Amino acid sequence: MAQGELTASAYIKHHLQNLTFGQHPDGTWGIAHGAEQAKEMGFWAFHIDTLGFSFVLGALFLFIFAKAAKRATIDAPSGFQNFVESVIDFIDENVRGSFKGKNPMVAPLALTTFIWIILMNTMDLVPVDWLPYAAQLMGVDYLKVVPTTDPNATFGMALGIFLLILFFSIKEKGLGGFVGELTLHPFGKWMLPFNLFLEGVNLLAKPVSLALRLFGNMYAGEMIFILIALLPWYAQWALSLPWAIFHILIVLLQAFIFMTLVIVYMDMAHQKEH
Amino acid sequence: MNINATLFGQLIMFGLFVWFCMKFVWPPLVEAMAARKKSIEEGLLAAEQGRAEHAQAQQKAEELIASTKNQAKEIIDNADKQANVMIDNAKGAAVEEADKIKAHAKSELDQEVVRARNDLKDQVSTLVMQGVNSVLEKEVDAKAHKDMLSKLSQSL
Repeated sequence: MAQGELTASAYIKHHLQNLTFGQHPDGTWGIAHGAEQAKEMGFWAFHIDTLGFSFVLGALFLFIFAKAAKRATIDAPSGFQNFVESVIDFIDENVRGSFKGKNPMVAPLALTTFIWIILMNTMDLVPVDWLPYAAQLMGVDYLKVVPTTDPNATFGMALGIFLLILFFSIKEKGLGGFVGELTLHPFGKWMLPFNLFLEGVNLLAKPVSLALRLFGNMYAGEMIFILIALLPWYAQWALSLPWAIFHILIVLLQAFIFMTLVIVYMDMAHQKEH
Repeated sequence: MNINATLFGQLIMFGLFVWFCMKFVWPPLVEAMAARKKSIEEGLLAAEQGRAEHAQAQQKAEELIASTKNQAKEIIDNADKQANVMIDNAKGAAVEEADKIKAHAKSELDQEVVRARNDLKDQVSTLVMQGVNSVLEKEVDAKAHKDMLSKLSQSL
């Protein structure tokens, strides 16, 4: 604990506060100092830390993979190349296994979600105080380093998936087909409102469950790291090490679940028959 | 922890990342991997073909060697046979020649014997004449009995 005079609850609150940029009630734009000000900014505010870290991590992923793509030849791959290609192979296998339609976008989509989420989740394994404390030394009050513990990040991705589901459903089945799918199942046309309600919930549950599952898992994991960080410094390792090791599993598993569900939802959007 | 416009920022970023991945990352990697897979498959196929060809060539070579051996054996057999015939022929010729030489020698010998006998006859008749002369002294006229003596020697 870097800030000796803080209480435990203040410490936790501080760690859960994003670095928010938005319009102050008095009309000026700037960075919020504290949760109160952040709340006052309303909807049109941005979490700079979430956006920044997710952008850097996504760019890192694309930089590494684009480098491998540029170097990809027919010859025997080197170690780094091999690693990238094994990831590609893994994604390709998953897409082939679950996605029956034909769409060149699905596999890159799966790859991007998988690696990006892994990288964002992995930020959770950086000791909770390091980056926020370093930021504080540089005059930045708040810093939340794990983008996936910000529901904005997970809902942003899920919203993207939702839009793709709508887009491909309409593209593959036609607007009539998609509306029919929403209204004429599972009970026939005389139960139309009920069908619409069921299918609507079904449709909306997809992005919401995607976003909340990832957010919930990572938020809980982060919270436990923060709680462990409240212990005396000499006792922390006894809990944080096992939890970090266990968390590696969660990091990979959540990314995998997200990717698999994206593939499955894309497959459902492409299927003509319900 | 409140929902705000960060959502849209993330959405746009996600879209850009997926677009970039789809455009510049996924296709070249997958293509290179597919090309490599294909070339490996072709290589394996070529190796298999090469192996089959090698086996075929070996079989052919073995067949060739076997037939060559047979041929060589035949040639040797033929040569043996021919040599035997030649030896037999030579033997026959030699025997014939020897017989001829022998016959010739025998006839010469016969002639020699006849001549020696004639000589001996002459000498014997001369000796008989001398003996008779020395026994009879003058009583025997050489001239008068010469005819008789030569008749005698002829009959010997």
